[in-house]
Amino acid sequence: MPEVRIENVTKKYGKIVAVDNVSLHVRDKEYFSLIGPSGCGKTTLLRLIAGLVQPTEGEIFIENKSVTHTPPEDREIGFVFQTYALFPHMNVWNNVIYGPRVKAWDKEKSNRIGDEMLEMVLLRERLDAYPRELSGGMMQRVALARALAAGAKLLLLDEPLGALDAKIRFELRYDVRKLVKDLGLTAIHVTHDQSEAMAISDRIAVMKKGKILQVGTPLELYMKPQHIFVANFIGESNFLEGYVSKVDKKEITIELRGDILVQALDHSRKKGEKVAVAVRPEVLMIEKGKKRKENAIFGKIERRRFEGTDIRYEIRLENEDLVVAVRPALINEWLDVQEKVTVSFPIEKTLVFTYPKKGLKEELALE
Amino acid sequence: MDGMITVKGRSLGRFLEVLSSKRSIQGLIYACAGIFFFALILFPPILGILLKWNLIGQIFENPALMARATSAIYASFTIALFVSIIDIIAGLPMAWFIWRGKSKWLDALDTLADIPFIVPTVALGFSIRLFWSDKTQGMSSLFGTSLVSPGWLLVILLHFVFSYPAVVRVMVGALFDYKRTYEEASRTLGAAPVTADRTVTFPILKPSFIAAFTLAFARSISETGATVIVAGTFENGPVLLNNLKTTQEPGYESALVFVSFILIAVACIIYAIIRIFGPKLKLPIRKVWPVAERKLSGQGLTNLRNTSTLLVFFVLILIPSLFVALPMANAILDGTLNQALSSTGIWQGYWQSLSLSYGIAFVATLLNTVTGLPMAVLIARKRFGMLPSTILDVLINIPMIVPSIALGVSLSIFWSNFPFIPEVGLLIFAHLAITYPYFVRSMSAAIERVNMDLEEASKTLGAKPFTVFRTIILPLTKYSLFAGAIMMFTRSVSETGATVAVITELKTVPVLLVEWVMDVVSATPMEIGLGCGFLIILSFVILLISRGTVRGRY
Repeated sequence: MPEVRIENVTKKYGKIVAVDNVSLHVRDKEYFSLIGPSGCGKTTLLRLIAGLVQPTEGEIFIENKSVTHTPPEDREIGFVFQTYALFPHMNVWNNVIYGPRVKAWDKEKSNRIGDEMLEMVLLRERLDAYPRELSGGMMQRVALARALAAGAKLLLLDEPLGALDAKIRFELRYDVRKLVKDLGLTAIHVTHDQSEAMAISDRIAVMKKGKILQVGTPLELYMKPQHIFVANFIGESNFLEGYVSKVDKKEITIELRGDILVQALDHSRKKGEKVAVAVRPEVLMIEKGKKRKENAIFGKIERRRFEGTDIRYEIRLENEDLVVAVRPALINEWLDVQEKVTVSFPIEKTLVFTYPKKGLKEELALE
Repeated sequence: MDGMITVKGRSLGRFLEVLSSKRSIQGLIYACAGIFFFALILFPPILGILLKWNLIGQIFENPALMARATSAIYASFTIALFVSIIDIIAGLPMAWFIWRGKSKWLDALDTLADIPFIVPTVALGFSIRLFWSDKTQGMSSLFGTSLVSPGWLLVILLHFVFSYPAVVRVMVGALFDYKRTYEEASRTLGAAPVTADRTVTFPILKPSFIAAFTLAFARSISETGATVIVAGTFENGPVLLNNLKTTQEPGYESALVFVSFILIAVACIIYAIIRIFGPKLKLPIRKVWPVAERKLSGQGLTNLRNTSTLLVFFVLILIPSLFVALPMANAILDGTLNQALSSTGIWQGYWQSLSLSYGIAFVATLLNTVTGLPMAVLIARKRFGMLPSTILDVLINIPMIVPSIALGVSLSIFWSNFPFIPEVGLLIFAHLAITYPYFVRSMSAAIERVNMDLEEASKTLGAKPFTVFRTIILPLTKYSLFAGAIMMFTRSVSETGATVAVITELKTVPVLLVEWVMDVVSATPMEIGLGCGFLIILSFVILLISRGTVRGRY
């Protein structure tokens, strides 16, 4: 059964550490995504699993067998490249049955698999076409069919939808997931698009600077980010700087700038600790006018943007901090710029992180 | 004062900009370039032969000469074919090795592989003859007998040496342009390295194989000076033409025209065949032998391949081509150097020839650069549509693929109708024709690689055509421009065939060295070694200067 285990793998290029002591377990039949900003090492990690590059240190197991020194052709994987890498001198059919052919399967079996795969990706009619004659979406489907025709149970996808138009990308991502699930495969999918990863993955690993920060289901990453970078990379967060002023049995109190107090449910903090309070734009409540409430701050709407589905408010709080709140555009009444509002922080959805040593900006930077 | 100059410079630039945006001026520039090409480069070598068409019949009345001619022509093409195939077989693993290698000394190897490229072929010929055949000095002295006597085998060795770097250069370039993702895709689908190379990498690189093959073939067909030195009694086309010209035996003119015509015609036909059928050639990729190819991909065999590649390179290419350094070193010790520097005895003629060679190379390079640039733009940017560009692209290559001595014979026949042209003029015309393709080919390829978007971006920002050329195309193709100019220059300096064919009085340095080696003028090995040495050192200096000029700048 194709489960993948990565143990303490490091990959260095000269002095540059692309993958830094990473351990990871991808379960059998799981749809797993690796996400992170560009240059975070996610593609290198995928190429390590494929055997296209060799780790500097550490071991990689597929189906409980060490494949650290196994060349890619013997790893029984399917790899879909970002640029598809369809062989330009072969037509669709020859591309798809390339795997069976180089493995010298008998002709009848090869042809049957080729037929099935092209049927599956709905390209039976185009088997004589050359890659240059296909659209991006078609090329992507051929690349997928080719990877699967070689009999792989482990599918590695490197930004497989990255080169497509937004609409097609949106449709194809569900197709890819369905295919993987229908065939009972294990898939590892690299993307920088967090919404894509959230939509199709069973679990996701968030990477930054060669390290894995957190592994979890999309909901876990969204609701309980364990790292301040994850809180910002998955979805979006407002961050406010403050100190823990009081630790109670149930909740803690944080003093923000301008002596404003907010409460959160977090028991791991000490009194006096410098923290960053994180709250997502979509959970902030806003009401017209000044209303005295628990966990609420007064503010004024500074800017309003209509973004299609949502409306986005930038609110200057009375302590001069700026927060963003998002509301479904067509359900709620729109508030006007300069309007005075009350912003409340739902206590159970307000997260607290240790304030990063290097500063917030540096810690959240994507590059 | 400075301000004045700047203003003047600016106003000149402005003037050129305004001129360049006029369609009529653009047309005039292209027309001049076209007239230069047709009137000086393409037509004379073709028309010359046709002017003496009536002489061809005579050779059929002289069976002995006819037999010599046909066997020489046959030898030319078989040797060229054989050498080009060997070049690909030996050059590809070398290019691969340079491409794949990770260590720093591969850069050095890369540069070493260029050496036979810049050493003038006459010096190569002498060096190789010394190495393989000379009983007193070369490798053969170890065995007391000539390892390889002058003759067909030595000709093959020589042609292999000077065409190999061209093949390696083309293949290395192609490999660095090749997207490895294709190979990786093939590997992830289960192909062993050898299978991946054979079924994916090679077919994608096929156009470069064809280009490398054509280049090697053309060089082998064309080379004259060095071949004369190593041929002994053996005759291929160029050697026969050279011998006929020297001995002037009865009926030689007819044989000269006949052999030149056949060489030019067959070379053109072969080129056309390669050009038309090359792209259609299918490499066998259907069948796969997983077990055998997996074994072939093993580390042991890969190491064996690399070792033998390096062995071939050092033993057959590098050491024989640098062997001339030995008599050169002796020349420094035994006083020959002093004689040479004081320009006594045979050295007076040497220095004259050297200046003539470099003067002609300079003039030819300059003229071809100026007139070749618009031609390169024309071909690369398809200014007059697809078909004219393709036709021009094919025609450009003709002076390169026909044997240079045949080209020279034809050229001298053509220009003999204009007796007022001095001999040095003929020499320049011959060198212009021979070197022109080298520049225009590399330049048009380089311009083609400059993304059209950049040009368009520059235009949208308000640049006039001349400014686009000066600020975008020229800086981005500077390296190729220099490389092309250097190639022309070195090619011109080592050119022997066409030169022999057009001269009566003047002697360029390769022609002079051939006379020294062939004992027409008596010279010691030290003198010849030193004569070659100066030529080699000058070539190196030019190469280094040009690399220095280009390095680090875009």
